[in-house]
Amino acid sequence: MALRMWASSTANALKLSSASKPHLSLSRCFSTVLDGLKYAESHEWVKHEGSVATIGITDHAQDHLGEVVFVELPEPSGSVSKGKGFGAVESVKATSDINSPISGEIVEVNTKLSEAPGLINKSPYEDGWMIKVKPSSPTELESLMGSKEYTKFCEEEDASH
Amino acid sequence: MLVPQTRNIGLPMMNLMRFKGLPILQQLHIEEQLLRTSSENWCIVNDGTNDPTIVMGVSGKPAELLEIESVLHDQVPVIRRFTGGGTVIVDHQTIFVTFICNKETVPDLQPYPRPIMSWSSSLYCKVFRGIGDFHLRENDYVFGDHKFGGNAQSITKNKWIHHTSFLWDFDVRNMAYLKLPKRAPAYRSARGHLDFICRLKDYMPRSTFINKTVEAAGTQFSLRSLELEAVVTCSETEFRPSTRFLTNEELAAAAAAVSEQQLGLP
Repeated sequence: MALRMWASSTANALKLSSASKPHLSLSRCFSTVLDGLKYAESHEWVKHEGSVATIGITDHAQDHLGEVVFVELPEPSGSVSKGKGFGAVESVKATSDINSPISGEIVEVNTKLSEAPGLINKSPYEDGWMIKVKPSSPTELESLMGSKEYTKFCEEEDASH
Repeated sequence: MLVPQTRNIGLPMMNLMRFKGLPILQQLHIEEQLLRTSSENWCIVNDGTNDPTIVMGVSGKPAELLEIESVLHDQVPVIRRFTGGGTVIVDHQTIFVTFICNKETVPDLQPYPRPIMSWSSSLYCKVFRGIGDFHLRENDYVFGDHKFGGNAQSITKNKWIHHTSFLWDFDVRNMAYLKLPKRAPAYRSARGHLDFICRLKDYMPRSTFINKTVEAAGTQFSLRSLELEAVVTCSETEFRPSTRFLTNEELAAAAAAVSEQQLGLP
């Protein structure tokens, strides 16, 4: 499992190595963590570009959840609140809530995930994005973790169990 | 069931509710409410439900999973529950056991599907020690390679639920309402229902199973028995469960959509 994840992480790293993409930092737990994104303790990521923030779940999360077979997402034009659930994924007999790291108005939802939920496993930071949000309180991003902090968080979480 | 007081010291508290014949929709509503609104830990045991009912997972598609014409003709109720997983048909011969825990309750347990499944199987290993060839096979409880217990979970920010339906016994005719699922564990090896499942009653008396399960839970939690009246029900709060019956119209529409697809109609 670790070897497969390392290979997957390396492939992702190569795919993401172009100048326009965030830099890659690899955690010792073999999950990919990208520089330039912000992270929540519930393992969602946020990429803030201009007036829009894109949200998804991290490589660590998708690895621990297993094969995603179904994704439940909100309607566009709805809203999300920091720390509150906005959808769910189903994997390995379990539904798992997805919580929004920030508050705001939903401007776009990744409709590809209804037909291809596995994109979350294959490409958690790119094709597996879930929603795009217009942040209502940009200062909320400051309370989220950066890549180094999140990497350490994952390592400590895995080590303590 | 009394547990010696010395064994309770330091164990996390868990409320135990035991039912017999509680309708499955009511059981699922109670579970969903407790998961979403209670800060306590719970164990629910329902010794059989009343009427035969089909229960699908959250993403279940009736047309793929059910023989809809037979279901509609025989008016078998169909529920879509809030947890993941597959489709079962339950009745008075099904025993249900549910654990609802805060994520810090079980030491060293990560709140993800596989660790939770592994934890639950270790509890049932105590129940079935020396009985049959019990183990967790992919996500099912089996004796050998025959399934007798199906599992499903839901994981929220701070809690998780793991519930199991055990096939104490079953009516062969009921299995005819269920199609072979497209998504099946590898060990099933395309076996039909009757070659795949087995009856728990062939391995252990019913009351022994329930008592041993409660006893096994008592080794990890300090159990406190509660009656249903102690739980504020959905109707008394603003909580609205997502678990519900599918209507005849929904089932008929699902069947019609498949027919149109097969005929190549838009």
